[in-house]
Amino acid sequence: MASPQMTGAEIVVQALVDQGVDVIFGYPGGAVLPIYDALFKTDKIRHILVRHEQAAAHAAEGYARSTGKPGVFLVTSGPGATNAVTGLADALLDSIPIICLSGQVASHLIGSDAFQEADTVGITRPCTKHNWLVKRPEDLSRIMHEAFYVAKNGRPGPVVVDLPKDIQFAEAPYRGPENIAHKTYVPKLKGDLKAITQVAEMIGKAERPILYTGGGVINSGPAASQLLRELARSTGFPVTSTLMGLGAFPASDKQWLGMLGMHGTVEANYAMHDCDLMICVGARFDDRVTGRIDKFSPGSTKVHIDIDPSSINKTVHVDVPIVGDVAHVLEDLLRVWKAKGRQANKQALARWWQQIDEWRHVKCLEYKPYQDRIRPQQAIQHLYKAVKDKDIYISTEVGQHQMWAAQHFHFEDPNRWMTSGGLGTMGYGFPAAIGAQVAHPKALCIDIAGDASILMNMQEMSTAVQHDLPVKVFILNNGYMGMVRQWQELLHGGRYSHSYTEALPDFVKLAEAYGGKGLRATHPDELDDKIAEMIETPGPVLFDCVVVTEENCYPMIPSGAAHNEMLFGTEKEAHEVSEEGKILV
Amino acid sequence: MSIMKEEIQERHCLAALVDNEAGVLARVIGLFSGRGYNIESLTVAEVDHEGHTSRITIVTTGTPMIIEQIKAQLGRLVPVHKVVDLTVEHDSIEREMALVKVVGTGEKRVESLRLSEAFRARVIDTTHSSFIFELTGAPSKIDAFVNLMRPLGLVEVSRTGVVAIGRGASDM
Repeated sequence: MASPQMTGAEIVVQALVDQGVDVIFGYPGGAVLPIYDALFKTDKIRHILVRHEQAAAHAAEGYARSTGKPGVFLVTSGPGATNAVTGLADALLDSIPIICLSGQVASHLIGSDAFQEADTVGITRPCTKHNWLVKRPEDLSRIMHEAFYVAKNGRPGPVVVDLPKDIQFAEAPYRGPENIAHKTYVPKLKGDLKAITQVAEMIGKAERPILYTGGGVINSGPAASQLLRELARSTGFPVTSTLMGLGAFPASDKQWLGMLGMHGTVEANYAMHDCDLMICVGARFDDRVTGRIDKFSPGSTKVHIDIDPSSINKTVHVDVPIVGDVAHVLEDLLRVWKAKGRQANKQALARWWQQIDEWRHVKCLEYKPYQDRIRPQQAIQHLYKAVKDKDIYISTEVGQHQMWAAQHFHFEDPNRWMTSGGLGTMGYGFPAAIGAQVAHPKALCIDIAGDASILMNMQEMSTAVQHDLPVKVFILNNGYMGMVRQWQELLHGGRYSHSYTEALPDFVKLAEAYGGKGLRATHPDELDDKIAEMIETPGPVLFDCVVVTEENCYPMIPSGAAHNEMLFGTEKEAHEVSEEGKILV
Repeated sequence: MSIMKEEIQERHCLAALVDNEAGVLARVIGLFSGRGYNIESLTVAEVDHEGHTSRITIVTTGTPMIIEQIKAQLGRLVPVHKVVDLTVEHDSIEREMALVKVVGTGEKRVESLRLSEAFRARVIDTTHSSFIFELTGAPSKIDAFVNLMRPLGLVEVSRTGVVAIGRGASDM
């Protein structure tokens, strides 16, 4: 059958349809008008009009993280594309598959400093997995399908397809997504069986093992989470996770140690420090996890399962690297382990669990509620209790509230938790929750926010109202950039340089100005009722939860310290941070 | 990390086969600058005109851990077909070409010509007061020649950077 002739804009839309895309996020402009015209003529793709291109990118991320499918967004040339850069960088560091379609000035104008011209492929090259400038209309359908392939396969990530306006008008044959075997990019899915067998043997001998899991388990798909649970069950090993991996293993499980890292639990960090076998599954030894690297888990044999060969030995030397997809590797590992008679060192494991239980007794996340003021941990706990049995998707902004959410909100399933881990992007959570809500219209999508972060993409309230997206924004309002203030307290002698927002808006009135609903809680006694009211409200809500201003996020591994040198925020602790530590972020 | 600081810097010559598409060199160079890796020399040219593939030869220095990182990072770039470490995976030959302009008269001019013969350099342009020598060899040989020319009126050097290939019958 001859390939049908279409305009470039029609090819873009047809390729999206053929890739199974039914919703995109975007903002129109001069250089993408032909594509918007093609969108006008189709009813197969829903378009969510955002109020800023950064939000389009984060909404696409929220869509992707909550569905496991790639998120797509469309922006115009120049400022449209540069506004999207933060979202692309965010998706790159957190390995989220998103496809950015950007308009570009007409081919003959490229390089002439034309109106709204920017070197989009140049600017986005270091913050995408790959990008393309389409130079010939006949390349367009291949590039569109290749973009999806690259974004989804291997370690997922963001891609950009830059589309000059003349290409959008030009006619070319359309080719479907069939048979697009990639000639160079073919990631390895199966792990090396010899190494896997070696790990199965190590599992049998380990006395103080730990499974250190990350976002790779979630990216690998629901099967990977199931296999992780099976591995944990059949070995009896304790499980911890990075911020990105929360939900891959159920928080209610007795083998769950909580999150590890800078604001992780005592039991998770001490177990990481003292273990003799560390099996890293889809995590990348990020500096937020390792703390001081030359004191990181000094006595352990380290196994690292990762689909990206460049993650292996990047910061921490590992003894057994296994390059492959988490689900594929865990499946093989379980098979070999079972074939070997699944002998774990039960006696040693019992002693290890006894030690872990002692650490658990520290109750590092415990706090005493105040009579008259809301503590942020308490607010999260009340929120958690109210919504935990519902169909929920939780996103966060970045800062103290994000860590409290990670500590006090508990996840049973993957893809329910969306947070900016690698880039630490304030302003991520609200648009991400919008993206999740678009994908799951009936679900309860909540952005746990801070008063500073939420203002970075506050304009998206308008998007939520326009598209009937009943996203709830739960703002832990302490008037400060809380994490900045906390670091100034610990590292800079309490000189709170510009971390106090003197002129916060009235969030209740702000919500109303946008056509949403505003709620405020200032006293612990009114928390539950107000949270219930928020849940029952059919539209978008800004919940201004006024919390104590001076609260710090603990426990904490200060910069330049090891896993076993945690701070708990007690009065008698000296906040000694080394000179080396001070220069770390 | 103290162990890392003390680790020795190694010099490696890497060859990467890449699709000769727009921006591929920028991707490679951006990777090196963005991640703080060293480039001692970089050469690139299309080696298969039908398949539109280019070969990039990069000489870099770093600790063994960094060298492994560089190879892994290069390997995951989408248009990269293959990365080979010619320093460890092969017994390999490195060559570089240089064009060296020497200006002078009298005794110095004679001496530069005499030395060029010892290095098997060719004179490819001459005036009454200048020579341009063409010289091929290992980078160290070119360094040596350039140093010898310095007191004899060296005014300009243009070097290609290293190209390299593994010895023997097998391909990369």
